[in-house]
Amino acid sequence: MSFLVDNFTLLRDGFLTTLSLALLSGLLALLLGTVLAAMRVSPVLALRGLATFYVEAFRNTPLTVIFFFLVFGIVYIDLQFPTKFVAAVAALSLYTAAFVCEAVRSGINSVSTGQAEAARALGLDFRQSLTTIVLPQAFRTVIPPLGNVWIALAKNTSIAAGFAVTDLTAVLSRLANANGDQILAVFAAVVAAYLIITLSSAWGFSVLERKLAIVR
Amino acid sequence: MNGARVLFDVPGPRARRRQRIGSILGALLVLGLVALALWRLGSNQQLDPNRWSILFDPASNVPQRLLAALVDTLQVAAVGMVASVVLGALLAVGRLSDHWWLRVPVTVVIEFFRAVPLLVLILFCFLYLPKVGISTSPFGALALGLTLYNMSVLAEIFRAGINSVDRGQAEAAYGLGMRKWQVMSFILVPQAVRRMLPVLVAQLVVLLKDSSLGFIIGYMELLRTARSLVEYFNSLYGDTYTFQLYVGAALMYILVNVLLSQLAKLVERRTAQNVKTTGTAPLDVPGGVPALTGQVTGTV
Repeated sequence: MSFLVDNFTLLRDGFLTTLSLALLSGLLALLLGTVLAAMRVSPVLALRGLATFYVEAFRNTPLTVIFFFLVFGIVYIDLQFPTKFVAAVAALSLYTAAFVCEAVRSGINSVSTGQAEAARALGLDFRQSLTTIVLPQAFRTVIPPLGNVWIALAKNTSIAAGFAVTDLTAVLSRLANANGDQILAVFAAVVAAYLIITLSSAWGFSVLERKLAIVR
Repeated sequence: MNGARVLFDVPGPRARRRQRIGSILGALLVLGLVALALWRLGSNQQLDPNRWSILFDPASNVPQRLLAALVDTLQVAAVGMVASVVLGALLAVGRLSDHWWLRVPVTVVIEFFRAVPLLVLILFCFLYLPKVGISTSPFGALALGLTLYNMSVLAEIFRAGINSVDRGQAEAAYGLGMRKWQVMSFILVPQAVRRMLPVLVAQLVVLLKDSSLGFIIGYMELLRTARSLVEYFNSLYGDTYTFQLYVGAALMYILVNVLLSQLAKLVERRTAQNVKTTGTAPLDVPGGVPALTGQVTGTV
């Protein structure tokens, strides 16, 4: 136990890095994913095609490969992220946006046809009916799948450890390699930290779902 | 709201012209960005055909190494798939049990392994198990980690599948005097299997993608092999073939995943048309993005 107390600052910093990775990329992925979902239902064929291509490409690429390219690959087109942390945020949000897009699109499909028809009958155009009528209802129905995407994202942040970001998992392997006898305590602490994030998010999302659910 | 055509009117001639101009401008923009990237690559001599030919030149031993790595990747994924399907089915049965002393511990196991990052599980198998006398190779650690994580996700998929069968089916079977194991094996599972097959395949694609985590613990899967090839060639020729080798490995990964995803879509389409699934509700899998009709999704 005293071992964990000695390394408390290291573990806390790792926890905060993991949390900020997850929050930042979650926010960016939500924005990008919503824009992609809007593109996928838009009247313009080119936008639909572009969004579909994006989603298919990123869903079929392992996250490790995306990390790899953003960290080691883009130097060949003379680009570079300022820090490894920013690269990790970029990789996580680009990857997760594809899944957010699919979740939001399923929500858009679940809004009943009459809503959009009524909106158009009132003279709202595509942008207005999407942003004021369809999306607000869609977001309420996709809270459970979005919650799953968010929890998966929080767990996926651990991959950043393989690319020189000192998150919880990186702290874990550093401490585990340096202190062979305390390995179980280290694992217990790190797993507990991840459980704090995932289980509390699961609880939060179920509360949110109950509060916002539309009774049909 | 299927088809989404209800969201907008069929565009008239002016709107069509506007859209066409917008599309062309957008396409030009995208093409411009791609061309810019290619030009940067070209000005760094990365597009030199001699550099790319190494991927196909048997004399350099590169194609052999990459194919062997692909086989290794598929191998660890296959072991993980088989083990996690079998264990996942057992866990699902345990979680659906009528006995609390079986149901509660199984539920705890499932929820625990679903809530912990896969990489932490793999590192646990890789770093901790040798300390207690169970020696694990990178292959073993990776396969075990993939199995532990995916068995709990699959258990939830199986459970959701069985719960998706209309309640009347089980009630009718009990009414006919069947026992619980008979209801399960003759009534519920045969109907549930068809409903959960697409989600199952989608999750197996995720498992295959996750085998790339072997990169971090040093298992010679595609990425790690590309890396070791890069290190080898760098010692001989300097930084000549790095980009090409990484791109080659990544493309192989993506190709295999796209093929498996297409298989999942095929299964989904066939399931949707099958009359035998009419007694089941669409699957909403906790831990995964819900399966939509005509659209395969899986966990992230």
